[in-house]
Amino acid sequence: MSLTRDDVLDIARLARLAITPAETASLSDSLPRILTFVEQLSAAETSTVEPMAHPLDGLSQRLRSDTVSETDAHERFQQNAARVEAGLYLVPKVIE
Amino acid sequence: MHTLTLAGLSTGIKAGRFSSVEVTQHFLDRIERLNPALNAFITVTAEQALAQAAAADRAIASGKGGPLTGVPIAHKDIFCTDGVLTTCASKMLSNFVSPYDATVVRKLKEAGVVMLGKTNMDEFAMGSSNETSWYGPVKNPWDLTRVPGGSSGGSAAAVAARIAPAATGTDTGGSIRQPAALTALTGIKPTYGRVSRYGMIAYASSLDQGGVLTLNAEDAALLLTAMSGFDERDSTSVDLAVPDYTTTLNQPLKGIKVGILKEFFGQGLEASTEALVRDALKVYEQLGATLVEVSLPNLPLSVPTYYVVAPAECSSNLSRFDGVRFGYSCDSPKDLLDLYTRSRGEGFGAEVKRRIMTGTYVLSAGYYDAYYIKAQKVRQLISDDFKRAFAQVDLLVGPTAPTTAFELGAKVDDPITMYLNDIYTIGANLAGLPAMSIPCGFVAGLPVGLQLIGPHFAEAKLLNAAHQYQQQTEWHTRIPDGYQS
Repeated sequence: MSLTRDDVLDIARLARLAITPAETASLSDSLPRILTFVEQLSAAETSTVEPMAHPLDGLSQRLRSDTVSETDAHERFQQNAARVEAGLYLVPKVIE
Repeated sequence: MHTLTLAGLSTGIKAGRFSSVEVTQHFLDRIERLNPALNAFITVTAEQALAQAAAADRAIASGKGGPLTGVPIAHKDIFCTDGVLTTCASKMLSNFVSPYDATVVRKLKEAGVVMLGKTNMDEFAMGSSNETSWYGPVKNPWDLTRVPGGSSGGSAAAVAARIAPAATGTDTGGSIRQPAALTALTGIKPTYGRVSRYGMIAYASSLDQGGVLTLNAEDAALLLTAMSGFDERDSTSVDLAVPDYTTTLNQPLKGIKVGILKEFFGQGLEASTEALVRDALKVYEQLGATLVEVSLPNLPLSVPTYYVVAPAECSSNLSRFDGVRFGYSCDSPKDLLDLYTRSRGEGFGAEVKRRIMTGTYVLSAGYYDAYYIKAQKVRQLISDDFKRAFAQVDLLVGPTAPTTAFELGAKVDDPITMYLNDIYTIGANLAGLPAMSIPCGFVAGLPVGLQLIGPHFAEAKLLNAAHQYQQQTEWHTRIPDGYQS
């Protein structure tokens, strides 16, 4: 298992992560080692096994009824945002 | 006062021997004096703690108050705390003041528990040594040149040093049990779904579970009874009544069947650690347990399974950090993509990035079946192995960690070696089982932990077995040098 520098940069692009040249070099070394390590899973016979969906048998994720349960607290929540104006989150211009 | 358990502090407060304010001030003083060398806390909430303590004293004076009213604890900084900095030990959340309480925090608050502050941890709970924290590593009070384990390393160091009488933790692959083992504490990770994950910052949602690190099984039973239970705000929370775990601690163990996990006694286990675990098994035999050797053939695949499933879930969970709504945001972004990528690149540390990248890769088109689906199938095999074992035995036992606490910096350059610290703990997370670690001896002055694993919702049996062992042994009462007074 090996990954080129471009492979690593492509994964970083998918993950929306800016990585430095030093990090690219470090990840080009460690990611293939991790992937080689997990490849021992291929030795397990799983042709008749269903992938596990939930740790508890017979229990699945509940759905809640679609009703309003929260009160409006956007001012409080937006105190944690870097750029806010008139109750809106500001981001760099997307549409020219 | 600081050598007392939660139960002891509670009794003393109710009997009027000391007030909650006095107890709280005593621990705050100890934090101020001893924490700088340990780095166990990220935030100390002294003012709020004293106000909560005063309220607890008033409640007790007016005849109200339960078993936990007025006792102080610390929360791992992964739990959201209303109006208090909640960082997850990441630069990404170094400016995040939570606008709400996690369910665990709320329930303990309602039980009258006082919060001393927020403990250090591995960044986003990703690590086994507490060395990935943006706030710096935590030191082990048993030897300040060694790690306390992770990811709940700050909680472990704080309780071991008696600067907090108990602390919450979370366990995704061993993050409560391994630090408990490395610091001579009792740590329990309940069944998946037992404790609400609402407000507990997500790492790998199908594995994450909240729990506690305490001085003994009785304290763990007290806290777990108060913090467990159904929560409609967590879609995987289980709607089952919570027993009072303190009422079954004294049940006799006569006739109980204890399985010795064959796969946990192989290569990589230090001989001195193995000897102490085998001594602990003899104690169980004396308590009337029957020991049976049990084999779980797929268990050796736990670590590789985990390092597909956990990074996959982490890459998707951590996509919420976009530099827009909360958390770190980069300076003068030139466009939206630059805002996302630089905020994330500058805000996350090296191990978090590595796991996001691993997860992104195993979930990407063309690799999803080979890695992710394969891992979820092996996870099913491991879960089935446990199910077969629990048809024969009541509990499974083995070591918690392969070695005692290692030196700071010893494993930071090799992720695979670091990942193998969790070789004995990950299985319980993959299968959603309750598991705990209790102290079972010392090697060259460093603690060793015994792991107990039970079937789903067998917390009462685990705590009972741990408590009975602690009636026969005194390992859990030892205090590291320099922290007795």
